[in-house]
Amino acid sequence: MLTRRELQMALAAAIIAAPFAGGAAHAQDPIKIGEMNSYTRMAAFTEPYRKGWELALEEINANGGINGRPLEIISRDDTGDPAAAIRIAEELVNRDEVVMLFGGFLSNIGLALADFANQNQIFYLASEPLTDAIVWSNGNKYTYRLRPSNWMQTGMLAAEAAKLDATKWATIAPNYAYGTDAVAAFKEQLKALKPDVEFVEEQWPTLFKIDAGSTVRALEQSKPDAIFNVTFGGDLAKFVREGSIRGLFDDRPVVSLLSGEPEYLDPLGDEAPEGWIVTGYPGLAVNTPEHDAFETAYVDKWGEAPKTGSVVGYNSMMTIKTLLEQTPSLETDDLLATMSGLEVDSPTGPFFYRPADHQATMGAYVGKTGMVDGKPGMVDWVYADGADFLPSEEDAAKMRPAE
Amino acid sequence: MGFYFAQFLTGLANASSLFLIASGLSIIFGVTRIVNFAHGSLYMLGAYFAYTLITTLDAGGFGFWTGVILAALIVAVIGAVIEILVLRRIYRAPELFQLVATFGVLLIIQDVTLAIWGAEDLLGPRAPGLSRAVRIFGEPIPEYDIALIIIGPVVLGLIWLLFSRTRWGVLVRAATQDREMVGALGVNQRWLFTSAFMVGAFLAGLGGALQVPRESVSLLMDLSIIGEAFVVVVIGGMGSVTGAFVAAVIISVLNAFGVLVFPQISLVLPFLVMAVVLIVRPYGLFGTAASAHGPPTVPEAPMKPMSIAGIAVVAAAVALVALLPRLDDGFILVLMIDVLIAMLFAASLHFLMGVGGMVSFGHAAYFGLGAYAAALAVKALGLPMLAAMAFGPLVAALGAMIFGWFCVRLSGVYLAMLTLAAAQILWGVTFQWQSVTGGDDGILGVWPARWASSKPAFFYLALVLSVAGLVLIRHLAHSPFGYVLRGGRDSPIRTEAIGIDLRAHQWLGFILAGAFAGLAGVLFAFSKGSVFPDALSIGQSIDGLIMVLLGGVQALIGPIFGASAFVLLEDYISRLDYWRAILGGVILVIVLAAPNGIAGGLSGLWQLVRGGRKTGERA
Repeated sequence: MLTRRELQMALAAAIIAAPFAGGAAHAQDPIKIGEMNSYTRMAAFTEPYRKGWELALEEINANGGINGRPLEIISRDDTGDPAAAIRIAEELVNRDEVVMLFGGFLSNIGLALADFANQNQIFYLASEPLTDAIVWSNGNKYTYRLRPSNWMQTGMLAAEAAKLDATKWATIAPNYAYGTDAVAAFKEQLKALKPDVEFVEEQWPTLFKIDAGSTVRALEQSKPDAIFNVTFGGDLAKFVREGSIRGLFDDRPVVSLLSGEPEYLDPLGDEAPEGWIVTGYPGLAVNTPEHDAFETAYVDKWGEAPKTGSVVGYNSMMTIKTLLEQTPSLETDDLLATMSGLEVDSPTGPFFYRPADHQATMGAYVGKTGMVDGKPGMVDWVYADGADFLPSEEDAAKMRPAE
Repeated sequence: MGFYFAQFLTGLANASSLFLIASGLSIIFGVTRIVNFAHGSLYMLGAYFAYTLITTLDAGGFGFWTGVILAALIVAVIGAVIEILVLRRIYRAPELFQLVATFGVLLIIQDVTLAIWGAEDLLGPRAPGLSRAVRIFGEPIPEYDIALIIIGPVVLGLIWLLFSRTRWGVLVRAATQDREMVGALGVNQRWLFTSAFMVGAFLAGLGGALQVPRESVSLLMDLSIIGEAFVVVVIGGMGSVTGAFVAAVIISVLNAFGVLVFPQISLVLPFLVMAVVLIVRPYGLFGTAASAHGPPTVPEAPMKPMSIAGIAVVAAAVALVALLPRLDDGFILVLMIDVLIAMLFAASLHFLMGVGGMVSFGHAAYFGLGAYAAALAVKALGLPMLAAMAFGPLVAALGAMIFGWFCVRLSGVYLAMLTLAAAQILWGVTFQWQSVTGGDDGILGVWPARWASSKPAFFYLALVLSVAGLVLIRHLAHSPFGYVLRGGRDSPIRTEAIGIDLRAHQWLGFILAGAFAGLAGVLFAFSKGSVFPDALSIGQSIDGLIMVLLGGVQALIGPIFGASAFVLLEDYISRLDYWRAILGGVILVIVLAAPNGIAGGLSGLWQLVRGGRKTGERA
């Protein structure tokens, strides 16, 4: 019986080794880059992201690639499991010999990949994870992060919240690191702006299993002046439904993280709450020349309006393009040196990667939810530059572990 | 007063939703003894069909309720198809083998749903005529909640009528109590089972359809409900519909008040309640001892010690594997380390299930405990790698000792469910206790010591430890201790009668299995460099079950086949689009073609080849 085990091993080795073909790099060989995201586990959020980077990749290669070499993205599904993500990263780096890695949506996978990058001395651009730890408490030399972080986006909201005359606040957030970090960051920044606020109630529903009725009742009981919300996806829909039917939002301002993003807002349809103060992305309503060009290309290719993930995916590729055009070589050290302070032009405006903490200054849009052409969207929005909501580079550097 | 009453009503409305799905699960289990993992998928399909029907019909109250009933009927038909195509063929397979089959169905339904309805959440309309709130004691209560509070008991009443007033119901109840007798009396069990499965599927579909006005329809509905549905069924007693109702009320009302006092509790509350109930009442509130076990399985062939030739073949295989670093292309070793870890984990679970007869749905608890203990030993205690590697299995064994003491007092599915509760509670603690475990951000930077940090070095370390673990497990299975465990598995009463303290032996077996799983977890932590709560999640436990059942429960070599097949398959397939459906399909094919797992299928093939040759010689 055991000979079959050998056979199986040999077969496995053959299957695994099949796609492997060696060869020295030529000028026309594509530059290989590894990418992964939770395409099956978080399909609703990662599909727009994939469409964003695929569009940018097509544009880059149509314009002759990078210095004559086409870009090749090896894209994989991390299945939503950090251990699987590490295995895939090993394969991308060691067998496919990619120049760098990018992607990630879930914070824990982002952190696992960042740690992997540090251990294996490969450059990782964390596109979507929001956790502050990835650039601060667990920051490392090999990891940069694109998207405006938890701290930045809660800071944008705290600035708006401080203008309200509410002093008694209640919070509701999903019961995992993203939720707890967001609430802590919001509290700290709001208290700094307005010392007399107090937080009278906290609710921590289980992610995607909110018992919305009971939670709404518990919030209502504390009679807050205003509510800070971090729930999203199906939880947000349930919360909005139960909350509005029970009158929780009557005459009570709600400040809500990320709820202005089309990924979060669109599914709510005509039940989307109006007048919530949110961070997000107004999509087609952004009318700058750079955004219009992106918007036209995106709608032409995919037949739908871009979402937040589309911008993040597109900006990831813009970062990679700028990086590869400027770097003296594809060695990791040169990539890292070029990334430090790298300035990138994007559909949402220019941003740069801070040398001190490796965070991009890409911003987000702050405004209110409302109905735009019969569909939920953002009104009265402004673009908040990420640089204005980050601690000084000096302070940020102090939060990072010594290298 | 009004406030608490309102909270109570909210709890009752949730209880109705939970009851609908749990009652179907309970009926299916009661009649067919299938632990239907795809029940959450049927619930999700009910919601999706209802969404489509309601929005297409768009005909006010009539359209809404027609849509709901039609959706449930469609799901009932889908249930019948699943039963006829898949489950009917494997009722005689070893206990719980159907679990793997239904998991395959779940994977397929996930991808089919994604392909049909797309990834975005769909928010259906509110129920026409029931879209507002009424005031009770001055508190606003949604009208739809009140409708649900009524629907729950009405459905319970209808099920009761169906079971006590119809001939079909009498037959089903008879089958629940004694299937052989019903068969002997000439009842066509096939159609009885199919129809019972349809009723269960109908209830799941109804439960899903009725959720449309409350929440958005999403692809996460299946997995988010199935855990709680199991809990409700177990608390009520497997097969008892009344029990499911009572349990649903208990869980939902406790949760409604729990969030007021300690909002974080909802993560583990159902599992805590289940653990307490099972410790006090080993068969749930309304269950009977008969409900614990599936059909009697074919007794397995006695185990034989390995022949000299066998030992030589194994040694040669290990030696060949040890040559793998020469072939490495940067990834083969990484994959092989994963295979070795999976083998050890699966073998430890097999030792518990196959040899000890104790089915565990929560074996990941000890895998995760080992991984976390090792990670914390490195990060918090500053221990070197080898010391941390020794520490991990010890902590896992300690955990198994504590939970095992309670678990070995139960048997069959109830034991499995208590292990699940233990794992979920541990998962909840790990997830919640951010200051120590880092919550879901995990523990990072758990890389091997310098001497073991090269891939070949760590590969050899993993090879030595895994092979040592596998040999030791095999040795234990053949020792007098292993014979006692198997005796207890096959006939607990006779084992006790010859003066053996079976519980003590089972407890020790549980601890040993935990320690080996912990060793696998330690290797896992160092190979990935980080540990996250996923290591002790339900998903990890199910992976282990799939490996064991795919490999074959009745052979010690089974987990080795199962683990290699599963890891290599998953790694290869996740490159493809719709890989979940493909994986589900492959699982179903293996399940249907080799109901005794890969090892059973291979030895069957071997028998066939040898038998064929013998006849040839004679001729």
